[in-house]
Amino acid sequence: MSELLTKSRARNVFYGGSIFFVVVFVALTAQSHRHIVEQSTAGMPLTEEVALGKHVWERHSCINCHTLHGEGAYFAPELGNVMTRWGAQDDPELAYEILDGWMQAQPSGIEGRRQMPRFEITEEEMRALAEFLRWADQTDTQNWPPNDAG
Amino acid sequence: MKYKTQKVAYAYFIVAMGLFAIQVLGGLLAGWIYVSPNTLSELLPFNVIRMIHTNALIVWLLLGFFGAAYYLVPEESEREIFSVKLAYIQLAILVVGTLGAVGSYLVGIHGGREFLEQPLWVKFGILVAAVIFLVNVSLTFLAGRKTAITNILMMGLWLLCLLWVFAFINPDNLSLDKMYWWFVVHLWVEATWELVMAAILGFLMLKLTGVDREVIEKWLYIIVATALFSGILGTGHHFYWIGTPGYWQWVGSIFSTFEVVPFFAMMSFAFLMVWKGRKNHPNKAALLWSLGSSTVAFFGAGVWGFLHTLHGVNYYTHGTQITAAHGHLSFYGAYVALNLAMFSYAMPLLRGRAPYNQVLNMASFWLMTGGMAFMTFTLTFAGTIQTHMQRIVGDYYMDVQDQLGLFYLMRFGSGVAVVLGAILFIYSMLVVRREVVKPGPVVKDATVPGE
Repeated sequence: MSELLTKSRARNVFYGGSIFFVVVFVALTAQSHRHIVEQSTAGMPLTEEVALGKHVWERHSCINCHTLHGEGAYFAPELGNVMTRWGAQDDPELAYEILDGWMQAQPSGIEGRRQMPRFEITEEEMRALAEFLRWADQTDTQNWPPNDAG
Repeated sequence: MKYKTQKVAYAYFIVAMGLFAIQVLGGLLAGWIYVSPNTLSELLPFNVIRMIHTNALIVWLLLGFFGAAYYLVPEESEREIFSVKLAYIQLAILVVGTLGAVGSYLVGIHGGREFLEQPLWVKFGILVAAVIFLVNVSLTFLAGRKTAITNILMMGLWLLCLLWVFAFINPDNLSLDKMYWWFVVHLWVEATWELVMAAILGFLMLKLTGVDREVIEKWLYIIVATALFSGILGTGHHFYWIGTPGYWQWVGSIFSTFEVVPFFAMMSFAFLMVWKGRKNHPNKAALLWSLGSSTVAFFGAGVWGFLHTLHGVNYYTHGTQITAAHGHLSFYGAYVALNLAMFSYAMPLLRGRAPYNQVLNMASFWLMTGGMAFMTFTLTFAGTIQTHMQRIVGDYYMDVQDQLGLFYLMRFGSGVAVVLGAILFIYSMLVVRREVVKPGPVVKDATVPGE
């Protein structure tokens, strides 16, 4: 091996190969970008309300307890399909009411039970958050999660 | 220490160890909340503690890398660092940014993209610090001797700093957000950081074993080639279920299977170099950490990564405690242990004294590694049960979690061992000034260092 593969050859393979894989990766992600915008998330318009909901989600760092499409912390339930689980995916008003009811009841204070903090969220923001979760739920995630339990 | 400006690394390593202590204490607290969920629930909720745990980890690992670069670039380039002042300014910016981030997390000001929660001004501070760093080491590198070790190190550091730009890109479309988020997260830990890891490991092997540079450098190019060839398209294993196209299931499965190769190669490399080594270096602790790092990285990143990377498996295990198990062992093996290897090697030289406290340091290795291994096993068992009950049977999340209490209790116990190990490591680095166990003749006579 030492005859055939000299240090400079190994170096050239490294640089050349890496450039090749970067090019392939960039091409595939460009295609994926289009796929996301035009197909997998196109079932529901990305309104300003949905965008506001995403900011609410981020401002309170929900991701550091919950998962969303399986990514995040593993301390609290998956929320990518929570609206399906609640049977509220097709009913914006019901989605808001259940979400609001749940959030207002936190923290439960039950001994030995994981506690969700109480967040100061206006009605407009709460509605936006519900819309954001419905928007996330309609994403084509290749049939993940396997069941409604998330 | 051959060049006096290498001393800069000392300050970086001290700050890194301070953040390391904060990181493991935060982890211990988070682990306790799994056991006793009402702890601090109103004062300091779990999400804030987890942010401190993960952010402290990332920043101290980066500080360790920066310090390692300031230590090894002068020695490899055979000249002093371009500007010591810039190096300290860079450190000051990062310290202020880190303290600012922790302070704002505690009062509830933070972003909501996992690991990138820093307020915008801190993100800009990190960017400025990164630019200062790149200018400083690049000018040192360009003026001096170029070796494979510094070539690879510089490439890794440049790319990881450039990828930081994606921390500023946050589309309103959640799926796009997730896709570009991985450009930072995956392409850091499974591509560019691996280049840094390989370069530092190569440097340590050069110093500790005295094997010919030519042999080490050829190995390094092969290792980093396999790392990038597998790691770049291996990003696909994060694109299975976030709204990206279905073909990623095959791209991700195939290429991330090959991600085991660079870790296996790094482990083989480390052991082979020690086997072929011509020098008996007195710093046994640094050698133990180097071998331990490459081995645990192979198991944590390689084996535990492969465990759940095939899309047919990941469909069921995605986002369960299996992921947590893999995350803990891979970060510990690949990056924590490697940084501690570098600290163990460089600190005696930076302080101008013999490598003392070898026994305490090596004891801390076994305590931490044992603890992390045990934590990984308990989380893997918990994740297996969770996957079955939640993903196959369809039981609800909290009902499943209620069944996992015993595993979380054991995980907390292993966390105690890790914290004790970390404290022992820092103590042996900074406090004790004498060897606690008298070394035998093999170590005493091994005064000939590597190259």
